[in-house]
Amino acid sequence: MTPLRIVTQLLEIAAALIAAPAFLGWVNQCRAWLQNRRAPSVLQPYYGLRKLFGKDVILAENASALFRFAPYAVFGTMVAAAAIIPSMGTGLPLSTAADAIALVGLLATARVFVSLAAMDVGTAFGTLGARREMMVGFLAEPALLMVLFVAAMISHTTSLPLIAEGLTTRALALYPSLAFTAVAFTLVLLAENARIPVDNPATHLELTMIHEAMLLEYSGRHLAMMEWAAALKLFNYACIGFALFIPWGTGTEAGGPAALMLAAPLLALKLAVAGAGLAVVETLSAKLRVFRAPEFLATAFLLAVLGLLVYLLLGA
Amino acid sequence: MELLLLLGAPVAGALVLWLAGARRSAPELNVLFSAATFGAACWLTARVISGGPMLLWREQFLIDPFNVFLVTLTALVGLTTALFSRPYMRVEAEHGRVSGGRLRLYHSMYQLFTATMLVALTTNNLGLLWVAMEAATLSTVLLVTLYRTPASLEAGWKYFILCGVGIAQALFGTMLIYFAAERVLGAEGVTALLWTHLDAVKGQLEPTVLSLAFVFLLVGYGTKVGLAPLHNWLPDAHAEGPTPISAVLSGLLLNVAIYAVVRCKVLVEGSLRSMLPSQMMMGFGLVSVLLAALFLWRQRDIKRLFAYSSIEHMGIVTFAFGMGGPVANFAALLHMTVHSLTKSAIFFAVGHAAQKAGSQLIENIRGLVTISPTIGWGLMLGSLAILGLPPFGVFASEFLILTTAMKQQPWATPLLLTALGIAFAAIFGKVQPMVFGDTQARRLPHPPALLPVFVHLGLVLMLGLYVPPYLAGWYRDAARLIGGP
Amino acid sequence: MAPLSFDLQLLNGCAALLLLLSFSMLSQRRIVNLVNLLALQGALLCAATLLVAVRTGQGHLYLSAVLTLALKVVGLPLLLHRLIRRLNVYWDAEPVINASGTMLIGLLIVVFAFGLAQPISALASTATRSTLGIAIAVILLAFLTMITRRKAMSQVVAFLSMENGLFFGAMSATYGMPMVVELGVALDVLVAMLVLGVFFFQIREQFDSLDLHHLESLKETE
Repeated sequence: MTPLRIVTQLLEIAAALIAAPAFLGWVNQCRAWLQNRRAPSVLQPYYGLRKLFGKDVILAENASALFRFAPYAVFGTMVAAAAIIPSMGTGLPLSTAADAIALVGLLATARVFVSLAAMDVGTAFGTLGARREMMVGFLAEPALLMVLFVAAMISHTTSLPLIAEGLTTRALALYPSLAFTAVAFTLVLLAENARIPVDNPATHLELTMIHEAMLLEYSGRHLAMMEWAAALKLFNYACIGFALFIPWGTGTEAGGPAALMLAAPLLALKLAVAGAGLAVVETLSAKLRVFRAPEFLATAFLLAVLGLLVYLLLGA
Repeated sequence: MELLLLLGAPVAGALVLWLAGARRSAPELNVLFSAATFGAACWLTARVISGGPMLLWREQFLIDPFNVFLVTLTALVGLTTALFSRPYMRVEAEHGRVSGGRLRLYHSMYQLFTATMLVALTTNNLGLLWVAMEAATLSTVLLVTLYRTPASLEAGWKYFILCGVGIAQALFGTMLIYFAAERVLGAEGVTALLWTHLDAVKGQLEPTVLSLAFVFLLVGYGTKVGLAPLHNWLPDAHAEGPTPISAVLSGLLLNVAIYAVVRCKVLVEGSLRSMLPSQMMMGFGLVSVLLAALFLWRQRDIKRLFAYSSIEHMGIVTFAFGMGGPVANFAALLHMTVHSLTKSAIFFAVGHAAQKAGSQLIENIRGLVTISPTIGWGLMLGSLAILGLPPFGVFASEFLILTTAMKQQPWATPLLLTALGIAFAAIFGKVQPMVFGDTQARRLPHPPALLPVFVHLGLVLMLGLYVPPYLAGWYRDAARLIGGP
Repeated sequence: MAPLSFDLQLLNGCAALLLLLSFSMLSQRRIVNLVNLLALQGALLCAATLLVAVRTGQGHLYLSAVLTLALKVVGLPLLLHRLIRRLNVYWDAEPVINASGTMLIGLLIVVFAFGLAQPISALASTATRSTLGIAIAVILLAFLTMITRRKAMSQVVAFLSMENGLFFGAMSATYGMPMVVELGVALDVLVAMLVLGVFFFQIREQFDSLDLHHLESLKETE
């Protein structure tokens, strides 16, 4: 374990923790611009977090220990996920602990905790949100797995850093299968991060909520942890996308510290572009009725499977 | 030259009849062009009798023992049907069932249909064969819907879609054959679809590809043959179209489709050296025979009844070709000939009977012998002939097929015999009261001209007693060509 | 695995998009969009033909590409659009099987098609052979579309898409059929469309609708 690897690892975790709220802020800013509104600052999520950390926690009378434990668990899994996704460098010591499939498991664990906590208090909206969340997850997970399978088959490994490395170092070629899975992945990303068209992150109407409905009972630092975790999740998904589809510029171990230095601004650039793209997609699409969400995710699954089949047949 | 005349006459006929429109002389023109086609066919036949098989027009066309008699048969039935259709369609027009514009369409498409069938029969190019088969479907779709009744539109749509999809499968099969042949015959692709060249190298063609190709081809062309379970379009199209069209569909189109299947089978069997094509054809044939025999019982429409009978006979022919070998092939070829003649004769008689009764329902047609002895006896004799009673030709061919089956596929004989028995009981039971039942209707003052019916039945009778030596020679040569175990 | 040359990559891209289009046609319920998808499919077919033509230098493929462009990208879609306007059929009815069920069957069909193509592609000498499986899948998916639709118009579009699949298959396996055959097939397709046009008007005149449930009276169960 070289010092460089340790530095890379620590840098990645730190970057994820710091950049995640900013990324969310950037998406919100772009969205506001596109909708001809006065945009909040990119730093708005940080202000929100600071405010929440400063407030007291108010717990429901019948809240169990699980309810109090859940925010830390969710936050922890998200940080762990950030640790194994190669966002800036591929030489990650922790990545040997979990491959792409285990990553999906990590994300699922977070989902389970959020949903359980939402049901814990026993309010109607919490249960509703949890049920919807489970439905979305139930459909999105296979699609995400398929996406990862295609990438894994192309690179002959399930380890994310190796996939990213494999794609950067091979000759440039058109991969129809990767194009299909990229679209599928985008759809999964939208669904999993409670974005339009599946959910609306800015909604105040409880009946249409999915993610927000689960957090209604949280307050104070618990809510801050949950919000931060949500921002981290979006950041993580974006980084998985970069690792799978546009890994160029990620610092490899052979590249040394210089590559890592170069990777940081490149990551910022990718995030900026992806955030703007996300805002455009969200602005252009209308929110689907909850009952149409399965169709949306079925499309994602279909595309991912098609990508797999196309890869098997064409070898590309 | 003969070929040019043979193919040119109906094409020219289609053009002239389209331009001539609804003149009163259009039916006569139709007969004239059909006669010219028949003349050319006879000339061609004479040439083949004296000079043997020939390849024409840069090998794109081929006349060999297998297709020469089918060409003559097609031209002959085309002519007699034109003769029959002249008074028949005139009456239809007088009854107001078809307008002048539709008659023009009818005559012109009739000629075009003949042309496409002749191209399909004479071409040496498997691709052209496909094109001609598709064109034959297209030219008859609008004929099936000629009356524009809801039922006829439904029949036309079914015909179009089922045969369209079927024939698309056949195109894929043709493509696969081309693919296999290209590897042997070179990539220029000029000869790789020519049947004679394929036949010469069939032993070297890739078996896996050809077996797959045959499945597609059999399903594709089999749809047009009316093999169960792809037969759905056939009874509808026969029942709802004008009777002359039922006659040519049954008597000719089915023959051409089965001809296409057999041509392909020769290639595939030569490549595979296995029983797969034979077994598939026997299976499809047998299922068709049995299914058709059972459905015969339930028919209340006289034209549907005989349409199912056509399915049954096509099943017998397919089964016989599937068995293969000189005797079965000979019998199958003979059966194609006599079935075509008999079935068209029956449709002529049925057409007149239904026209006089004003209905196609069996229960509404009664006592034909009293109304018009010629129609009555024509229908009765035709039915007896198609049911395989001696001394008609159908008996001879069915007898040969059954004895061969007894020898080669003993398990199938009882099934075939049962089916034939059921068919006999069904058809005879329904036709008998039609011909001899009581009726209040009076005798027609003028007996309709049924010359074509008796010419056909006469030929069938002759083929039952005596097959001309050159015809027998062709059958034998063709049987050898088709081969089999 | 050595990377493929660029034109082959493009061709593979075309093939993959064709497959995707087939699925969109399977789920598309607006007939106008269905026709547009068909035109797009024709355009992709044309592009693929051109790519193969450039690669192999076979003259007749250029002709075939022009034919595809004229007939399948411009001619037939225009004809169909005119028919849609004049017959006033814009939407298909609910499909026979629901959307996700159809998609699932579609996926199984693709797997089946790939299995079917495997032995053939293994024998093919053309560089485009790997796309054969996609061609078969396109054919079978068009077939599925045909089965699950109720309106005559959508069935016809599916039929034409099947024809496209056949052409694509011919090209991937053998660089296209001989010119005579291709011309003949194109002529047949054109005539078929004209016949259908006439036919639609007859159906409309008779039933006031192009819904096929009117055409279900001829059955053996009486």
